[in-house]
Amino acid sequence: MPTNITLEVLRYMPEDGGAPVFQEYEVPLRSDWVVLDALNHVKDHIDGTLSYRWSCRMGVCGSCGMMVNGEPTLTCAAFLESFAPGPIRVEPLAHFPVIRDLVVEGSDFMTKLKDVKPWVIRKEEKPLSEGEYRQTPEELADFKQYSMCINCMLCYSACPVYGLEPGFTGPAALALAQRYNLDNRDQGNEERMELLSNDEGIWSCTMVGECSEVCPKGVDPAGAIQRYKLAGAADWWKSLITRKSK
Amino acid sequence: MDSSSEYSLHHPKWHRHRTPIFWWVKRWVYICFIGREMTSVAVAYCAVLLTMVYRALQSGPEAYAALMSLLSHPAIIVLHVFALLAVLYHSITWFNLSPKAMVFRLGRWRVPDLMISGGNYAAWLLISGVIAWAYATG
Repeated sequence: MPTNITLEVLRYMPEDGGAPVFQEYEVPLRSDWVVLDALNHVKDHIDGTLSYRWSCRMGVCGSCGMMVNGEPTLTCAAFLESFAPGPIRVEPLAHFPVIRDLVVEGSDFMTKLKDVKPWVIRKEEKPLSEGEYRQTPEELADFKQYSMCINCMLCYSACPVYGLEPGFTGPAALALAQRYNLDNRDQGNEERMELLSNDEGIWSCTMVGECSEVCPKGVDPAGAIQRYKLAGAADWWKSLITRKSK
Repeated sequence: MDSSSEYSLHHPKWHRHRTPIFWWVKRWVYICFIGREMTSVAVAYCAVLLTMVYRALQSGPEAYAALMSLLSHPAIIVLHVFALLAVLYHSITWFNLSPKAMVFRLGRWRVPDLMISGGNYAAWLLISGVIAWAYATG
């Protein structure tokens, strides 16, 4: 078993004015290290100028998403040994502008996330004296998987539609919209449908399905979007029939 | 701020990677996806062919015989074998994806995905069987 493994890290330094280039680093191949540990080793002991994002180190914060050997991956959940004998190629998340090295600019996703109104919308709030909005386990199960999203943006990197058409609302934002649509306490379905049934919303999705494959939390955005399409088509037929019958 | 901006200390220039035209040849799943999309051409062709057969039937026995003679050309038969394979691939991938879009509940019980795609396959076989039976006995 080799004792070291090579990391090929894409470096982009805007102040140099040049294109990104790969830089190699030799790091110890330890069985308990993930790619993020190797990057931290580089930062602490080899090259302090390397920039990347990370926080929790346990697949919760969604900060450390990068392309590892061409796959969108949470680097805190990718063990070095699974890539042995290497090399391991680490690049910034695909389809996002790169600010520096492995740090991408994600405000496009943040704007889209806010646009789908990911919160419970009520037409009328009931008075507190009437108690809470109750939910059965089955009603919770309807949307629970969509609420596991950690906004890591891996699904955007796996989605070729987002790469080709940056206006596309994208997998995570649509899955979160569906999370609230399927919540029996929410009444914002129509409001969101108006927003998302346009060309840059659900109808841009061509069902590649890779968003669901790369999700580290088992969310199925591809499924959410297809369900949304079905609901959108049903709404359209309903509006057509009601218009005709008037 | 966009990628054309010059670098300055607090507003660094971003690097944007353009998606190449052949992005889909890099991974097997993307090749399968493009293959699935391309089979739509065969589906459209089958719809046009069906319309042509229907029109020939409407126009009378001579028009129908002329079309059948054209369709029995070896090159057309080879084309139709490929079209059949493409349409089968399209249908199978479509049915396999159907549980993603359809969620059925019977009371509190959610119908499993396998039963939804299985139901589609069963309906497909049933309709094909009825057509084959009508053709064989007609």
